[in-house]
Amino acid sequence: MAETIKTNAPAWAEASAMAGADMRVNLCGIELANPVMPASGTFGYGMEYRELYDLNLLGAIVTKSVTLEPRYGNELPRIAECTSGMLNSIGLQNPGIEHYMSEDIPMLRKHYHGPIVSNVSEFSVEGYAEAVGKLNSLDDISMFEINISCPNVHHGGSSFGADPALAEEITRACRKSTDKPLFMKLTPNVTSISEIAKACEAGGADGISLINNFKAMRIDLKTRKTITSEKYAGLSGPAIRPIAMRMVNEVYHAVKLPIIGIGGIQTADDVLEMIMAGASAIEVGSANLIDPWVCPQIIEDLPKRMVELGITNLNEIRGVV
Amino acid sequence: MDREVSRIIENRQLAGGIYKMTLETKECKFSRPGQFAMIGVEGKFLRRPISVCEYDSDRYTIIYKVVGEGTDILSRMLPGEKVNSITGCGNGYDVDAIPDGAYLVAGGIGIPPMLGLMKALVMQGKNANLVLGFNSKNDFFLIEEFRNICGNIDILTADGSNGRKGFVTDAFAHADYACACGPTGMLKALDSKVSRGQFSLEARMGCGFGACMGCSINTLEGPMRVCKEGPVFDKEIIEWQKL
Ligand SMILES: Cc1cc2nc3c(=O)[nH]c(=O)nc-3n(C[C@H](O)[C@H](O)[C@H](O)COP(=O)(O)OP(=O)(O)OC[C@H]3O[C@@H](n4cnc5c(N)ncnc54)[C@H](O)[C@@H]3O)c2cc1C
Ligand SMILES: Cc1cc2nc3c(=O)[nH]c(=O)nc-3n(C[C@H](O)[C@H](O)[C@H](O)COP(=O)(O)O)c2cc1C
Ligand code: FES
Repeated sequence: MAETIKTNAPAWAEASAMAGADMRVNLCGIELANPVMPASGTFGYGMEYRELYDLNLLGAIVTKSVTLEPRYGNELPRIAECTSGMLNSIGLQNPGIEHYMSEDIPMLRKHYHGPIVSNVSEFSVEGYAEAVGKLNSLDDISMFEINISCPNVHHGGSSFGADPALAEEITRACRKSTDKPLFMKLTPNVTSISEIAKACEAGGADGISLINNFKAMRIDLKTRKTITSEKYAGLSGPAIRPIAMRMVNEVYHAVKLPIIGIGGIQTADDVLEMIMAGASAIEVGSANLIDPWVCPQIIEDLPKRMVELGITNLNEIRGVV
Repeated sequence: MDREVSRIIENRQLAGGIYKMTLETKECKFSRPGQFAMIGVEGKFLRRPISVCEYDSDRYTIIYKVVGEGTDILSRMLPGEKVNSITGCGNGYDVDAIPDGAYLVAGGIGIPPMLGLMKALVMQGKNANLVLGFNSKNDFFLIEEFRNICGNIDILTADGSNGRKGFVTDAFAHADYACACGPTGMLKALDSKVSRGQFSLEARMGCGFGACMGCSINTLEGPMRVCKEGPVFDKEIIEWQKL
């Protein structure tokens, strides 16, 4: 139970390291007390979860995609369910970069002292560069995750992440705007994910985050219309985890960059499996929505499972397959 | 808001397809009528939002209609079995803001939260005019419970099988203040007949606690989440034509 762990993350991580299970990871020079971070879009800007547990338990926090202008997003319904997962068509609803910089990040910082990963979405190469340039001035942002993979917008979004040349160009443009660690977040809706990852590597990325949602669809038999107002929506949850595992592994063997593994993670065992596939750290997405205490639960369970499985530190299992 | 694993005290059918479930709670997290719980259903990924009908310190009641697989599974659960839920979700009715003599208008499965609201008004010594709409006499539920606490009840049935024939919007020409819960179409029709009030909206939800933006609506005061700023809203701020 989340209530039983009251220590902050570094102290907790050190204690478990002493006990023979070191869950600390280093991501491009940034020390994470553990590899667990909430995924963009499932954690808002932290405020809903702050009321539930001490955010300082988390390895890092990835904030909801921000765009230069405020966005309402798509019409309702935006949510559908399927076996072992869910579909969403939020459409990048966010208050815009000004509000994000002046309100959301300072508010999060009041309650959370660890690394903040800023997830950025835009609709053109110049837009990405401009957004990253603006955000780069905030000391509170430790790292960037560039979303070139949102399936829920008609312009840009996922199509950027499906074209190696464009992916490289966006990476290069963002690279010029920041010296902070730059992770490119990839879409799984491509034929060869390692090709896109290589393009990002060539463009100067420091790491790769994968995966975002799969393009998917559900139809209501009675109305004969799709359940979400957008015809195609993004599939996430345990249903996609084995595919995410395979894609992380492919990318692990294709590039030399560290990987943040994302897709269907719900337990400490899922985390260890993703690290074995090649991830350096992981993000928990949809699982937060159905169990808002899942991240601290995983962080509490992780060292125990490591001891049981004879894992003394996460580096020794990374990419064993 | 908190997560709970609650023991089922009772789960029984009230009318065709409509069930009442009473759940034990260690510490009640509900503070207003009109709030809801996110009910976990074995084998289903998402939780189901269901309004709290009544609550007190050690138990709460939900009344739900079987409309799909999740509610069907729920209806087969037995007393003693456990339900994993997140309770105390959302913003309910502001009871203090409701004037004496207001209308409470509810249709179908929007009726249950009105029982908790009516009781809260009675506690404050306020009267209300209750308007309940059903499809037919066979769908009646909670009528006795309402009669025990409220003298002014107007019941309408769509097929005229009992009470007046018609819809809840036929009950009055105009109301200064009304609280409402029911299908979106009903709320829209009601909007023009009511000057001020608090209406409870529905939306498909991912989380139920404000994290995913799955339930966001446009209002005159900007985007708001049905699960967090709602489900009960001042009806004046809703952009009804956009729902
Ligand atoms: C704030 C709120 C309060 C509610 N209170 C009640 C109540 O007191 N009693 C009651 O019977 N029903 C209530 N509902 C509706 C109830 O949530 C749905 O009937 C229920 O989720 C259907 O689940 P299912 O698995 O049987 O249906 P399925 O159609 O199999 O469900 C599939 C998915 O769609 C969602 N869904 C389907 N219909 C609705 C709907 N009308 N609203 C929201 N989500 C839906 C489900 O939650 C699930 O995620 C409420 C809804 C909201 C938003
Ligand atoms: C409701 C919802 C909203 C999301 N919003 C974003 C977003 O704004 N930006 C982004 O990069 N990814 C977004 N994602 C994708 C997740 O960050 C994650 O990559 C994906 O859901 C797979 O992980 P999961 O299976 O653990 O959910 C969203 C996912 C969900 C479910
Ligand atoms: S359902 Fe997630 S924000 Fe309302």
